[in-house]
Amino acid sequence: MPKLIKNDTVSSDSWQRALPDGDQLFKDHFPTLAQWQAATETLPTVQLQPGDEVATLVEALDTLAIIAVDFPVFTDGRGFSYARELRQRGYRGELRATGEFMPDQVHYLRRCGFDAFQPADASRLEEYLRQLRVFSEHYQASIDEPLPLFRRRDSESQPA
Amino acid sequence: MYIYDQYDQRIVDERVAQFRDQTRRYLAGELSDAEFLPLRLQNGLYVQRLAPMLRIAVPYGLLSSTQVRKLAHITRHYDKGYAHVSTRQNIQLNWPLLEEVPDILAELAGVQMHAIQTSGNCIRNTTTDQFAGVAADEREDPRPWCEIIRQWSTLHPEFAFLPRKFKIAVCASEEDRAAIHAHDIGVELLPNAAGELGFKVLVGGGLGRTPVIGSVICEWLEKRHLLTYLEAILRVYNQHGRRDNKYKARIKILVKAMGIDAFRDAVEAEWALLKDGPSTLTENEITRAQSFFTSPPYAALDGRSSQEALAARAATDPIFGNWLARNTRAHRVPGYRAVTISLKATGIAPGDVTDRQLELLADLADRYSFGELRTTHQQNMVLADVEEAALYELWQHLQKAGLATANIGYITDLICCPGGDYCSLANAKSIPVAEAIQARFEDLDYLYDLGPVELNISGCMNACGHHHIGHIGILGVDKKGAEFYQVSLGGSQSKDAAIGKILGPSFSQEAVPDVVENLLGTFVSLREGEETFLQTYNRVGIEPFKERVYAKAD
Repeated sequence: MPKLIKNDTVSSDSWQRALPDGDQLFKDHFPTLAQWQAATETLPTVQLQPGDEVATLVEALDTLAIIAVDFPVFTDGRGFSYARELRQRGYRGELRATGEFMPDQVHYLRRCGFDAFQPADASRLEEYLRQLRVFSEHYQASIDEPLPLFRRRDSESQPA
Repeated sequence: MYIYDQYDQRIVDERVAQFRDQTRRYLAGELSDAEFLPLRLQNGLYVQRLAPMLRIAVPYGLLSSTQVRKLAHITRHYDKGYAHVSTRQNIQLNWPLLEEVPDILAELAGVQMHAIQTSGNCIRNTTTDQFAGVAADEREDPRPWCEIIRQWSTLHPEFAFLPRKFKIAVCASEEDRAAIHAHDIGVELLPNAAGELGFKVLVGGGLGRTPVIGSVICEWLEKRHLLTYLEAILRVYNQHGRRDNKYKARIKILVKAMGIDAFRDAVEAEWALLKDGPSTLTENEITRAQSFFTSPPYAALDGRSSQEALAARAATDPIFGNWLARNTRAHRVPGYRAVTISLKATGIAPGDVTDRQLELLADLADRYSFGELRTTHQQNMVLADVEEAALYELWQHLQKAGLATANIGYITDLICCPGGDYCSLANAKSIPVAEAIQARFEDLDYLYDLGPVELNISGCMNACGHHHIGHIGILGVDKKGAEFYQVSLGGSQSKDAAIGKILGPSFSQEAVPDVVENLLGTFVSLREGEETFLQTYNRVGIEPFKERVYAKAD
């Protein structure tokens, strides 16, 4: 079974990246947004590609157990914003990064709301794990730290 | 100036550790060239023609004397004893060793400096007025806002892999000294009808291959919404900016393609999710940021008597008088002036400064200007708070060190990128062109008679030398493998921002000084009264210049 990082440990499940081939569904592969939209039943998983509209999923967020966001190349950062948007719009299920992202990006991916990481090259998973927490402090609000540093500084300087 | 607390320091220290690890993995073959590329770029490290180039961040151009001494040490110990001030107010080293860059970053972290996001497709150093805090026409000090933007944009997890680089500038005065119309986002502190200061926000300006003047996306924004609004703009850009063609990837292309109204609608829709959320600025945070930029302990001085003394000194020593008139400017506090240190002496690459000059400047800053220095986007440095009574003494020190060229705002104070001598992107050299022009206009009387002329040189389309907004712009182009130079006229970086018009066919390197001389000769013959070059150009148009320059070319 394909390996991935989930809950900060190496695990595995049967899901693989989508096969973008018409409306047809493939066993063990995430449906593309087009396949998901064409399906007659409500599918519990979907994979977004760069260029897909996050807004398409807004009505269905409660029915989805896994949303995969694919990175065909690591330099295309659209998926970072997709993750932030999905979380901000209330998505609580698994958010999985798939594809060609590199270990040095998982820290930012996590901060944007991803909680599962399935890189195309599964041979370096230990390196991905190691890179999850290279920073212990951040300026901005993010999904894993909803308060920006300035608000945490504020509360520190005021008596509790 | 801003002083790190334990959090800022931890972030910068952890960044150094991260980059040390990345460099180790790259050298061990664990990271490919392609993977290491964006990682090193986001730490300011380019691989250049001769050696790597490291760009060190100077947030909004402000440096302490301690930091300047550290820079001097770094250039001496790790480089060839000089540094270069860039048009983003940053400091560049031309000869560091890749293996030693982590050590350089550690040295910088020791004085609260870094190289984070000085290149790469991410949010770059926020720039502002080099006279912030001392200019008489200022509505409010822009630097606390720059610092707030710096913290928000530093290691922002969502915007590290944008379609292209992203530059923000802040202006808070009547005169725009930050070129906010030529930035991806420009913000201007401005009062609304009720007199309350807020932000006018411009978007989609920029130079490069397709120069565009920014459009107004928001006429007036309440201060506390600054970060959420910026975040909304960036999120629309990150999702919808073009990624198929790097020359069409800047936000200006997206804004043009969508139209400013549709772009604004998209931003407003994103903003609705963020507005009034946790990233909304608190009064506490604004006050905290402002607390770092209070006035230094100015002496209560009699401005009139110190000015009389200066005038007398200038009359007996005209060389000092020239410098006083050109390189110093009025200060909001009586008895003080802001001094621009020209890094544009003929024969020195524009913006270059040696280790010894840096150390001298640090000493002079301590003695005469409350221990602070500034870098400018015109590639000079500034001592912002000098007592008028100390100017003569300061000038004598500067003169001995070759730092008193009295040319600020004149044609030899030109802006120039490193060009083909250093940069692997350049089509053509720029430094020798700058030097030839400076040599041609060495006669100071003629220089002053010409009045203010901004001449900007870029070695390629990337426009690091801001050629589009020079009154005279010079762009290096490649014509069948040979280096040629295209000339444009009428650009402007101030509030009447304009993109220069191309004069005509390009010229060889040797011809450029003659061309510039002809352009200025045309100006002198057509000038009415005390008109500046730009005023005459705007009145008569490009034709007379064209006729004269190309007349003898056949």
